[in-house]
Amino acid sequence: MTSGPTPRSAGFQAAAPTPARRLPVGSLIYALAAAGAVALAATTPFNGYVLNILMQAATYAIAVIGLTIVLGLCGQINLAQAAFFGIGAYAVGLGTVDAGVSFWICLAVGVALAAFLGAVLGASTLRLGGHYLAMVTISFQQILTLVLTNWIPVTHGPDGVPNIRRPVLFAEGQSYLALCVLVLAIVGWCVWYLPRTRLGRGMRAVRDNELAAGVCGIDVYRTKVAAFALGALLAGLGGGLFAGSFTYISPDQFSFAESIVFLTMALLGGVGSPVGAAIGTGLLILIPEWLRFLKEIPGLYLAIYGLAVILIVVFMPDGIWGFLGEQGRRLRPARRAAAPAGELTLSQEGATSAATLEVSGLAKHFGGLKAVDAISFTVARGGIHALIGPNGSGKTTTLNVLSGLYTPTAGTVRLNGVDITRLSPHRRAAAGMGRTFQNIRLFRSMSALENVVIGAERPNNALAAADRPALEARARAALAFVGLEGRAHEPISGFSYGHQRLIEIARALAGNPALLLLDEPAAGLNSTEKHALTALLRRMAAKGLTILIIDHDMTLVSDVASHITVLNFGRRIADGVAAEVLREPAVIEAYLGEDAATGPAAALKTDLKTDLAPAAS
Amino acid sequence: MDLILQLLFTGIGIGSVYALVAMGFVLIFRATNVVNFAQGEFSMVAAFLMVVFAVDLGWPYWLSILLTLGGMALLGALFNLGVYYPLRHRSYLPVIISTIGASILLANTTLALYGPQPQVLPPVFETQGFLLGPVFLDSQYLLIIAVTAALVAFQYWFFEHTLVGKKLQATSQDKEMAALLGIPVAGMIMLTFVYSAVLGGIAGILVAPVLFVSIQMGATIALKAFAATIIGGFGDVTGAIIGGLALGIIETFGAAYVSVPYKDAFAFLVLVVFLVLRPQGLFGERVAEKA
Repeated sequence: MTSGPTPRSAGFQAAAPTPARRLPVGSLIYALAAAGAVALAATTPFNGYVLNILMQAATYAIAVIGLTIVLGLCGQINLAQAAFFGIGAYAVGLGTVDAGVSFWICLAVGVALAAFLGAVLGASTLRLGGHYLAMVTISFQQILTLVLTNWIPVTHGPDGVPNIRRPVLFAEGQSYLALCVLVLAIVGWCVWYLPRTRLGRGMRAVRDNELAAGVCGIDVYRTKVAAFALGALLAGLGGGLFAGSFTYISPDQFSFAESIVFLTMALLGGVGSPVGAAIGTGLLILIPEWLRFLKEIPGLYLAIYGLAVILIVVFMPDGIWGFLGEQGRRLRPARRAAAPAGELTLSQEGATSAATLEVSGLAKHFGGLKAVDAISFTVARGGIHALIGPNGSGKTTTLNVLSGLYTPTAGTVRLNGVDITRLSPHRRAAAGMGRTFQNIRLFRSMSALENVVIGAERPNNALAAADRPALEARARAALAFVGLEGRAHEPISGFSYGHQRLIEIARALAGNPALLLLDEPAAGLNSTEKHALTALLRRMAAKGLTILIIDHDMTLVSDVASHITVLNFGRRIADGVAAEVLREPAVIEAYLGEDAATGPAAALKTDLKTDLAPAAS
Repeated sequence: MDLILQLLFTGIGIGSVYALVAMGFVLIFRATNVVNFAQGEFSMVAAFLMVVFAVDLGWPYWLSILLTLGGMALLGALFNLGVYYPLRHRSYLPVIISTIGASILLANTTLALYGPQPQVLPPVFETQGFLLGPVFLDSQYLLIIAVTAALVAFQYWFFEHTLVGKKLQATSQDKEMAALLGIPVAGMIMLTFVYSAVLGGIAGILVAPVLFVSIQMGATIALKAFAATIIGGFGDVTGAIIGGLALGIIETFGAAYVSVPYKDAFAFLVLVVFLVLRPQGLFGERVAEKA
């Protein structure tokens, strides 16, 4: 469970268990507390009413924890959690009553069915934006209610399923409650651990910034489907246990209204953590019991839920636990790095005799607009290659096609001799492509170090082992390389614009890319920062890294680039050694206008370095 | 053949209602990039207001309609202030959740105030309708189709030929630029919510005599209108109208020839088929995010 149903691709292996370098004190305390809770549940003589409430709270909490994976960790919406809960419940109910199958088999079938349907539902809609998903899950919820109510021969219809059997060992209410608490404790620990796995980090990255996650090598789509399936799986598990606890189920227990109840529980407690889920569930099961009079007026109870949802979203977006956690973080002293970071190493894994990047006949048309029109160029191994051109010449489009964000209209792209033209962004990342964005795309909810760890985790990165200490060591080395290691644990929002840019570069460097694409790294930097950037680029090149850079700053480009390709109106107008390219009339014309190349201003070309800079910026 | 024509007429009538609500979806989506999940509840609230004014209080129908639409405008404004405006700088997810909360709040407040019994609102015209050849033209359905057509025409004129309409378009395309040009963006968004609430209200008033006035009608209509919007595409009002009509026809024929209890499932099936095969809808929506 710790890593979920992990697909078996190279890019998606779960993190290997971290070697026990220090005692997992937190986990031990948790295990003791959980054992205590189970013992308490098994031995305290509760009356039937209290027992029912506790069983309901425990089974609901499992489903709400499932919701925190989808909503909190991965940032996707699921308004059918009660439907998946119902699938688990009906599997146990119909299986034990009508088919006479063992409780455990029914539970397993229900859990598997819920996870499967969750994956199918997610797979069909997760490519699209959140509002599609919200409406599709609502529809799924409505359909399930229709089926449960109307397919009477199988589901018993509105009458529901009575006399559900519990497993022999847990037939007594007391022992069954202990079972539910035990499962809840295990689920809670697994979901608490999830963000520390590769899959969990991927989910957070997807939630924060899908494009950036993709170019870091995370399979965005598969991560989302995994989150959705895991959430549904836990709902099915909770539902199966719920059927056993009440021994009677009916369709109205799994309606859309219940999905909203689950949602409110998750939001109230805080979607960021299983602890929040447990708190939210506990409160929303206990409070209505104290305020039973609310249920006497139909609707009032849910109206208050609806109002609570709005108020929580507006005033307490992180829920109760998130709020408490924020206060706790303020009190805690800032973490300092334990040992000094090592030297950043970069290797040329997978290097062949072929050039690093070969682009031939590449075209990207948007309708009639030929943003990039049959351009070809080659980036040799090692050193800095610049792609320049006036505004609207197709530079950024080229970069987006190269990194897989756009599908080219024609042409091929080869990286280290391998054709990557049709690969998705995360597969290109796995093939060795790294990039930064013109408008910085960092994972905003994470610290600088966590951002760079995700970069280090690039699939096929031979320089970082899959365990967490190794990844962190590599990330710290990358941060040290850009000069920000001392602030590794600070949240992204605390860094200046220029430093955020450096973190983005560090994130790409940590992945040890075969080719690094830099999209206008100097944009928005002041002159001091530009000097620092120039030095950094030179140090990167000195380590043997191959860089393709786009920028408007001609001073920067002519200072660092050994090779330049010039685009204008989507076509290549020059290509070659930097100093020669900058002297070509066509290039001067593109930057300074026709008169500059032929008229009196032609004399300028002797000193392009100084003259092109203001004209191009 | 006669049955087919009859079903076609009914389908277009009910589809017009979906189209009206779908137009509200699209307008708010274009102005705020968010789907308003309480759009269907606007219709439900309007239908209940009509029951209160025209049936319980016995006021004239025209007065009830005016009061109801006034109430809807107010509701749209309050909705914007309470549900959307505080979250305007956050991502779409909190806003979606907030509008879902509002939908639950509206439906259940109505339930708490009015009780669970479905209500009946009499149709506008005394006459049931008349026969045109073999097809019985129900007067309420004719009214629905006529009002929808008129509103579509009005909306086209409003957006394409008035200054306020142009400002609304500018706001929906680029809020920052619109603000820099002196367009009161907050006011434009307020206007969008008010207009969408009124649009949903008109749909509710029109459909109430055909269906029972119930708490669930909002959710049902919203699901259908959303499916209509998916069919047509989110970026375009024409798409919403065609999508709404298509869905109404599919659903009417499905109920007649396939299954009545699962009538509401057809919208879901159409929705999924479109999401898988043509997610941008018939008329497309800009989906790509700029790198």
